[in-house]
Amino acid sequence: RTGANNSHRLFCSSLSPEFDSSIPLSLFHLPFLRLLFCLQTTSVNQLEQTCNFFPPLSLSFSTSSTPSVTLFRVSTPFPMASLQQSPAIKGAKVLMVGAGGIGCELLKTLALSGFEDIHIIDMDTIEVSNLNRQFLFRQKHVGQSKAKVARDAVLRFRPHISISSYHANVKDSNFNVDFFKQFNVVLNGLDNLDARRHVNRLCLAAEVPLVESGTTGFLGQVSVHVKGRTDCYECNPKPSPKTYPVCTITSTPSKFVHCIVWAKELLFAKLFGDKNQDNDLNVRSSDSTGSSEQAEDVFERKANESIEQYGRRIYDHVFGYNIEQALSNEETWKSRNKPRPIYSRDVISAELMQQNGNSDKAGSAGDPLSVSAMASLGLKNPQDLWSLKDNSRVFFEALKLFFGKREKEIGSLCFDKDDPLAVEFVTAAANIRAASFGIPLHSLFEAKGIAGNIVHAVATTNAIVAGLIVIEAIKVLQKDFDSYRMSYCLEHVTQKMLIMPVQPFEPNKSCCVCSETPLTLEIDTNHSKLRDFVEKIVKAKLSMTSPLIMHGSSLLYEVGDDLDDAMIANYSANLEKVLSSLPSPVTSGTMLTVEDLQQEFTCNINIKHREEFDEENEPDGMVLHGWTQVPTKPKDDDDKPPTGNGDSSKTSQTETVEAEAEVVVKINIEEIGASGNKRKAPDSRDISTDPPSNDVNEATAANHKKVHKIDDGDDEEELVMLDHWDIDTNKKQKLR
Amino acid sequence: KPSFGLYGTRKTFLFSSDSSKPILPCSSTLSEVGAGLQREFGFPVVWFGRCVIQVQFTDSGISRVLGFSSLLLNCLLIVNLVTRVRLEMEGEQLTEQETALYDRQIRVWGADAQRRLSKSHIFVYGMKGTVAEFCKNIVLAGVGSVTLMDDRAVTNEALASNFLIPPEEKVYSGKTLAELCCDSLKEFNPMVHVSVEKAELVTLGQQFFEKFDVVVISSCPPATKILINEKCRKLSKRVAFYTVECRDSCGEIFVDLQNYKYMKKGKADGPASECELRYSSFQEATSAPWGRLQRRTSKLYFAMRVIESFEEANGRNPGVFSVEDVPAVLQLKRKLCEAQSVSESFVPDTLLERLVIGSIEFPPVCAIIGGILGQVHLFALIPLKFYTIN
Repeated sequence: RTGANNSHRLFCSSLSPEFDSSIPLSLFHLPFLRLLFCLQTTSVNQLEQTCNFFPPLSLSFSTSSTPSVTLFRVSTPFPMASLQQSPAIKGAKVLMVGAGGIGCELLKTLALSGFEDIHIIDMDTIEVSNLNRQFLFRQKHVGQSKAKVARDAVLRFRPHISISSYHANVKDSNFNVDFFKQFNVVLNGLDNLDARRHVNRLCLAAEVPLVESGTTGFLGQVSVHVKGRTDCYECNPKPSPKTYPVCTITSTPSKFVHCIVWAKELLFAKLFGDKNQDNDLNVRSSDSTGSSEQAEDVFERKANESIEQYGRRIYDHVFGYNIEQALSNEETWKSRNKPRPIYSRDVISAELMQQNGNSDKAGSAGDPLSVSAMASLGLKNPQDLWSLKDNSRVFFEALKLFFGKREKEIGSLCFDKDDPLAVEFVTAAANIRAASFGIPLHSLFEAKGIAGNIVHAVATTNAIVAGLIVIEAIKVLQKDFDSYRMSYCLEHVTQKMLIMPVQPFEPNKSCCVCSETPLTLEIDTNHSKLRDFVEKIVKAKLSMTSPLIMHGSSLLYEVGDDLDDAMIANYSANLEKVLSSLPSPVTSGTMLTVEDLQQEFTCNINIKHREEFDEENEPDGMVLHGWTQVPTKPKDDDDKPPTGNGDSSKTSQTETVEAEAEVVVKINIEEIGASGNKRKAPDSRDISTDPPSNDVNEATAANHKKVHKIDDGDDEEELVMLDHWDIDTNKKQKLR
Repeated sequence: KPSFGLYGTRKTFLFSSDSSKPILPCSSTLSEVGAGLQREFGFPVVWFGRCVIQVQFTDSGISRVLGFSSLLLNCLLIVNLVTRVRLEMEGEQLTEQETALYDRQIRVWGADAQRRLSKSHIFVYGMKGTVAEFCKNIVLAGVGSVTLMDDRAVTNEALASNFLIPPEEKVYSGKTLAELCCDSLKEFNPMVHVSVEKAELVTLGQQFFEKFDVVVISSCPPATKILINEKCRKLSKRVAFYTVECRDSCGEIFVDLQNYKYMKKGKADGPASECELRYSSFQEATSAPWGRLQRRTSKLYFAMRVIESFEEANGRNPGVFSVEDVPAVLQLKRKLCEAQSVSESFVPDTLLERLVIGSIEFPPVCAIIGGILGQVHLFALIPLKFYTIN
């Protein structure tokens, strides 16, 4: 019987001598239960045994003076700490994806919390810059598998538990739905959107709950995704990696990042990368000179040309000649600052050029990653701001070292943030371009961060987020649905909170991943090839790894190991065809079915023919609608709730909430991947004054009520505890 | 066996054969000396047999191989050399090695904060799970030194929540908690100096705390906390004082930065203005009249005061409770509420029961509280950008 005060008391009286230990045991599994027993003394011993069997309730029994009946209260709120012994945790099989910053902390906290069967997947190996936070790794482990080293390190302080490590990509086909099905919960500590989507789909297909997480700097986020109960990871828009319009990069940079993109994607790729790759640097210079022949030649080193001559020619072409060409188009510069052409002779004299660099110090040819222009020039501090002259010296020196010590790699190099010479070259080139366009210069350290998309990372945030993940995982294992929370770690105390809990979202009914709503694609069916569709939509947007494309019953494209040669030939021929001339023509009104067998994810796409696309805003030459991705709109739109929420959500935002939203909205960047996804700060003042309007979609309304009931901002209990069961119940009543 | 000692701050290294406080014990074997040097300087020092020493300073671009035959001479020369190179390299700048290791976090708080961090010296008392998390965080972040104190032996409770303690009895027997944690922490970051002090906390004089920038106290009675807090406050130099307690799913952090000046961001890109926070002492903070505290003060605050009073009145060590204490704790609560003239609902019974029964730490919460305490230390150094906890 439920007792008074809603306090979940259970009153058991006159238990018979045949007292069955399984009865109280199942009661004890309920959290936060108070038991009031009224017992015969003979039953006390049996109850005592049961309680001993179940450590959280190891109690001492006092008998009252009345000999036949003893009255006492057994358990008060269920102590969390003793959960370590709980069968729900001990027996749980847990999959961790990622053994990086969050992963190390998570594995440690899981082991301490009593988990005994943990599986961990990570494809990465350990690097020096990991050691400041991935505390399970040491200098001596650099180069080894993260998953394996993390496993060994945790087994040292918890030798009796089972940890299985996989040094592999979670996208590998052996991690299929059946593999995922064996787990009670999946915990993500990933660093990219693609893998997160992949795991999300597998969890949906295998119906395994997912706890997702991410951090950047002091910001962090943890969310729970349970099929049918909460949203899935892809229900709400995620920020896509930022792209820039081509002409901003090639002709009118206004920020340092534009110069970096130019140096990295265009100049570096042109000089050291695959010559057959399309490169806009090439297109632009040929456009402006009117002679494609000449432009092609510029980047090719001529026979008998010394490396110094070659360097100067490249330098003068890209920083001098090309800028002069661009200046000749006066229309462009009417509302912009004119750039200044820079020629090498004005920056660096012939003698200096000769003395430039002491290659002996530059590192050995045997180890390409030890080659460094900074070392050979005697530049020490990566945080220093180099002058234009220094940048030019680094430019020439790096070019010389690439040709002198790493010639074999030229033609196949890709920019890599861990390749010091590449970083030096890109920094120098970007800075020279920045100088030309009057943009402030940056140090190598800063440039490396921008060029390598380096995510800021701190040990403390990872530790906090790992703690939150384990708490959510325990709730999932206890099936304590009402207590699931999304949590945000904040940089500033907001409403007296550093960690803000929010009720999880309802599933988004128009989510194309967890519901079956078709997408719409606007595309030029007469000009776009099947290859464009596969690369730009199926891979880049839908994150599929082994896709299969069908039009009705005819198969247009497929990836797999078991295809015969005829099929492969057929598919690669299809790739090069424009959509409307495929064996089964794809035109306006066609519905394509795209399926990933590994992810067990199917998605229907309605094709709509469209001929013109805006080069600036629609660089792909096709537009996908219905896909949950942040629209590229002005900043204030970020505050808008994701698709499906009506206007009412806006009215219910008070000004304070809006101000705080900025903090929440800032939580994005790759590692988190959930920004536009704006959740309201828990504050009930607005709900009490702002009843949802009638036209609001039901899911939204439900969401709101839930969001708001967490903390009612009054002088009620503000402590964010794990036992908000009691609190919530009280709140609910209060709100009603 | 060379007889020598080696000590000093990060910038000056003294070498002496009769040092009173050697970093390496005088009975060090050759390989211990090697390991000690490496720990101290962060450079790989390789020993071949008894005679040849090779020192490689790859990070400064200098690479030398030294060959000597005399053991004592070895030690002398190597220390001189290391000192000189270190002085040359260090100055006010971070070394390349530091920049590489701390790359990701320097991107968060800047090189200046990293330098200040590397000059901060921290004293920690009471090696519970939460404190272990805190220590891990600051050692990884790269503070100057951490000094640990806790003479207790290993218990089951410590094994359950403190991941710094190896679970094999042959490893931990005979060692104190502080020694075991020190061994593990040293491995996390060779650039941080971690050591153990053995003493009775209450008998430590004021001047003892002068060596530190931060004093962190956990798992001891409130009277001791007050005593240490007052000692820190009397020093001419500002020594920050933190306490942390964690029980079950709840935790409490107390921060005393005394008079703390920081720059406050102006509204809408306006100029920053200087602000001063006056922190309360532990005594002031825990003895405030309940009725006059802000209405939104967390219930946990009151519950923790009840628990403290109970421990004090019954002479209990912190956290030593059983379920039988529940009635007495609840009774004490009623008494305190009456004395403070506040309603009994001020301190929920469920919360008190939770704190009494679940007096041990819950590891995920240790991670969270230990993380926040780590950030408190960081943010005290870089106040402009982030929050300060009052």
